[in-house]
Amino acid sequence: MKQQLIMKLLAGMAGLGIALGAATAHASPEADRQEFIKYYTSKYPDVKLEDYVYGALAFDADSKAQYDAIMEFPPFEADIEKGRKMWETPFKNGKTYASCLPNGGKQIAGNYPMFDDAKGKVVTLQDAINDCRTTNGEEAFKINDMKTMGVLTAYMRTLSDGMLMNIKVEGPKAMAAYEDGKKTFFTRKGQLNFACANCHVQNAGTRLRSELISPAVGHAVHWPVFRGGDSLVTLQQRYDGCFKQVRAVPPAQGGTTMNNLEYFHSALSNGMPMKASVFRK
Amino acid sequence: MRKFHQVAAACAISAIMLSGSVLAQNAAAPKKEETGKDIAFNRVKGNCLACHGMPTVPDAESTGLYGPPLIAMSARYPDKAKLRAQIWDATAFNPASSMIPFGKHGVLTEQEIDKVTDFVYGL
Ligand code: HEC
Ligand code: HEC
Repeated sequence: MKQQLIMKLLAGMAGLGIALGAATAHASPEADRQEFIKYYTSKYPDVKLEDYVYGALAFDADSKAQYDAIMEFPPFEADIEKGRKMWETPFKNGKTYASCLPNGGKQIAGNYPMFDDAKGKVVTLQDAINDCRTTNGEEAFKINDMKTMGVLTAYMRTLSDGMLMNIKVEGPKAMAAYEDGKKTFFTRKGQLNFACANCHVQNAGTRLRSELISPAVGHAVHWPVFRGGDSLVTLQQRYDGCFKQVRAVPPAQGGTTMNNLEYFHSALSNGMPMKASVFRK
Repeated sequence: MRKFHQVAAACAISAIMLSGSVLAQNAAAPKKEETGKDIAFNRVKGNCLACHGMPTVPDAESTGLYGPPLIAMSARYPDKAKLRAQIWDATAFNPASSMIPFGKHGVLTEQEIDKVTDFVYGL
């Protein structure tokens, strides 16, 4: 009974877009989140929900121990330091990021992505940073440029460590954006015919080759990650990789499809603590 | 030199793990005539091992667990056409299947599917 919604969504992925819409028309984001949590925790009663922020590591004590050892002296500290310099360097007009973001840029990352009613669309933290730049006469960074936007957020997001993810979906337009993200998450794509949900719901905690697959709850709180300790990857860059892996053409980073996906996907982690940045293999 | 150790550990970990594309890897296409086993093992073709163990095949290593182990197939699929159909499009039998529709989506050619079916039938 309890699992009906997710089962319907998984079956709906066969290509019946209509089944998807019908199953989800009345589900609130909070109900969705609870449904996901129920799905995972009934399958894996021994894994603590608070450990989902560690992704696949929550399912493998050895890898988690390695992670803990690496996080004691993160090999990517120099990048965070670079990000701090970027953050603190004033724009040509003398203003700073801190002066133009809400709350001086502290404890705000968990509010993003947010639905901006005035703009009528989802705004990510990266968008807010770029707005700040352009308002102050600087050029916007490319959303998918790991060397600028990536490095800056690797530091900037540490200012929100410990904040609980707090995505709000209020009003019909915000709901439509959320539903669009959910649809992307549950729709099969690519020659290999996978939806995000095939791996990160249906097979979370299972091995694909030697890779343990992480659950979607807890996914959005810990970005960017440093893969192999030194290769910076933002959340949408990771989406990009997962799209390519199933031989699908990834939507543009920073575009509506990706932003709506991030909106839905982040709401699944509501109530979980933010932490930037972390090691991933 | 604790820090050095951590870095070294990080490198070692990333070196032994597949760095991301577990399904679509760019291996050079072999030239000689491929056997059903070659196709099943090839990461850019069948890549069956990503999801299935093959307990009777000694070199089927680091296999995934999305799908059940492939064993005693001729006993379990007396009708070989049924086996081929599962490989051609698993979603026809289970709409929620996470198995790739190898034939329907043109991941493998009809001839490749025949060869893989023969190979799997013998497991
Ligand atoms: C065919 C399997 C597959 C599909 C489909 C897939 N992923 Fe992944 N994903 C992986 C693997 C493997 C990893 C690396 C191991 C892990 O952390 O789960 C990963 C990692 C991730 C991570 C990073 C987790 C972390 O904590 O580091 C995110 C976020 C993610 N995927 C989101 C998505 C989204 C969104 C989609 C759909 C657009 C998607 N994935 C589709 C296999 C897949
Ligand atoms: C990404 C995952 C994945 C890959 C790759 C994959 N399979 Fe599967 N396979 C599954 C799953 C999951 C099942 C369970 C039944 C279902 O959902 O269709 C399955 C079931 C099967 C079955 C039926 C087994 C039984 O016990 O009845 C056969 C036969 C099979 N697969 C053969 C193959 C062959 C041959 C290949 C490679 C050419 C392959 N599979 C690749 C996921 C996969």
